[in-house]
Amino acid sequence: MNEERGTRRRARQGWRLTTPAVSQRLTLALTLALTLLSAPRLTSAQDTTFREGVRIGLRYDPGLRPGVIVLPIAGPAGDSAVAILQRDLDYGDRVTMITGDGIRAASAAIGAGGTGSGTAGTPNYKLIASLGAAAVVRATITGSALHVALHDISARRIVQVHDFVLAGAPLSAEWRLEVHAASDEIERWITGTRGIAATRVLFVRDGQVWLTDSDGSGARPVSDRGLSLSPAWHPGGRQIAYSAFGDRGTQIVVRDLASGSARWLSATPGGLNVTPVFSPDGNTLVYAHGEDEGTDLVATPALESGAGRRITVGRGSDNVSPSFSPDGRRLAYTSGRSGHPEIYITDVDGTNADLLTPYAFGDQYYRSNPDWSPDGRVIAFQSQLNGVFQVMTINLRDRGIRQLTSEGRNEDPSWAPDGRHLVFTSTRTGTKQLFVLDVESGRSRQLTTGRAARLAAWSPDLARTLH
Amino acid sequence: MSTQRLVLPAVLLSTLVLAGCPKKPAPPPPAPAAPAVNQDSINRERARRDSIDAAERARRDSIAAAERVAADAAARRERMAKMMADARNLIMAPVYFEFDRAELSDAARAALDAKLPLLNANPNLRIRAAGNTDSRGSDEYNLALGQRRAAAVKRYLAQHGIDAARIDLISFGEERPAVPGESEDAWAKCRRADFEIVAGGESLVLPNQ
Repeated sequence: MNEERGTRRRARQGWRLTTPAVSQRLTLALTLALTLLSAPRLTSAQDTTFREGVRIGLRYDPGLRPGVIVLPIAGPAGDSAVAILQRDLDYGDRVTMITGDGIRAASAAIGAGGTGSGTAGTPNYKLIASLGAAAVVRATITGSALHVALHDISARRIVQVHDFVLAGAPLSAEWRLEVHAASDEIERWITGTRGIAATRVLFVRDGQVWLTDSDGSGARPVSDRGLSLSPAWHPGGRQIAYSAFGDRGTQIVVRDLASGSARWLSATPGGLNVTPVFSPDGNTLVYAHGEDEGTDLVATPALESGAGRRITVGRGSDNVSPSFSPDGRRLAYTSGRSGHPEIYITDVDGTNADLLTPYAFGDQYYRSNPDWSPDGRVIAFQSQLNGVFQVMTINLRDRGIRQLTSEGRNEDPSWAPDGRHLVFTSTRTGTKQLFVLDVESGRSRQLTTGRAARLAAWSPDLARTLH
Repeated sequence: MSTQRLVLPAVLLSTLVLAGCPKKPAPPPPAPAAPAVNQDSINRERARRDSIDAAERARRDSIAAAERVAADAAARRERMAKMMADARNLIMAPVYFEFDRAELSDAARAALDAKLPLLNANPNLRIRAAGNTDSRGSDEYNLALGQRRAAAVKRYLAQHGIDAARIDLISFGEERPAVPGESEDAWAKCRRADFEIVAGGESLVLPNQ
């Protein structure tokens, strides 16, 4: 107990690794290789191509990531919980998972106790350190709780103990989200930054809006049949908005995920109504409305009916795909006012509209679908290179552009709440599928399989929607 | 030859019809043979047969006439149906666009001009122009581009005297390709405005030619 209190501060400051010996580095490299080989859904695709001086992807440096071991959990759902914790921590790209023999060795070294409650023999931390582990997660499932103790191997003691509520039936969608939420907190204990496992991704498949967990499990449709496009999350994580086709045009639909009840927006009853997005405070919905004279961005109350207020004055041009800055004061969007699509930024009242992406006379570039990063510093978008879309980011400070993809056609990027991972559509395996890219390491993984998937939207942290 | 062939079955048919009709009283049996044949009765019998023959001829003629009328009507209906179908096809003929453009080409204007007489002759005809794009651009931006294409069509028709309220707009972006595939040819066929008849298409009035 007093151990727990004494080291909370340390955990927040970030993990202090002891100087790794050469053998430790080797072990890390080996375990990394094992992790990469054994991790499901992991593609070998790393974007490491270079073109026109743009560096695509970064080298994956395991030395910077603390090694983590998740010990086996007893009980019927134990194996599933371990698999989820391991995968989540691996997908977070901030730690190196140690698996296989390392787990057996660490299991023996920790001994029967190590749960942070009761008395047990002192674990053999020296042995665990020799496995390359900086942290060991010792968890048990007791009743409706996941009891987790985190061992700091260099400090040779337990630094965190917490009971995570498991209210859902084992292996149900709710139960999985609860285990994901535990993963995210464990990741925060170890790295100082909360994980993104307790999130979901909306996307479009066969004209319906679908939902999938961040690890690709539990994919299911959440909208009615018929053509629906461009799903977006309310910041509270309980409602979504999307555009749905009817006989007379398209309408914005706001749907409650838990009850399934849907409301059709009435601010602009006719014409084209597409690409909705909620403001960060959740009170306003901005979308693109088009009739006879081009398509402009319109703002309307998000969760009640109200009149629409026009934001852009496109004078007959196309203005779509808005994305809010994290402070809610500005919008990035796609506009064709210069003759072809480019990314613009405007204040939410429509003033100070400015071209963001560089435009050279005579070029045939096509840039669209901006998504503002959660830290506010960069905007992800898609740009045509030789007629093929690639995902890029533009830095708002110096307007430096970084190309993130090169294999196949890649489009519609959406940021994870950590501002480090992007989900986007890629044709690299033949059909359109969703992929997740860690923009810091360049590591990518396939999120969806099966029938084509596109137009992804990454949720906010959904742990707050639990309990 | 051919008339004979036609007539014979007609006679047969009418006889069968007559014989087969249960409500009709059977023809009266021949008069009992009188010992002395009376010229009057022979004349009466001849007159009776003549009148039956005349009625039969009239029947045959009227059936043939009715058949001729029916055949003419069918042919007229067929001609009308074809003209209606042609008229509908003319209304629904797509208009094509250049990549990432919504301006009407000369060919597009000509295709719209061809629709004007029909639209003028049928003031109750209401149509929907649907804007479509090829699959190369952004899914979302293409929805706006499709809307602009449909709007360009509506504006042109309105400028040429068609009440704008008779033209609905919709955009499908790249969601409904005319032909599948990723080739210049396929893309060109996808960049279009389609037309649908929303109301008043049941009985089109053809313009005077």
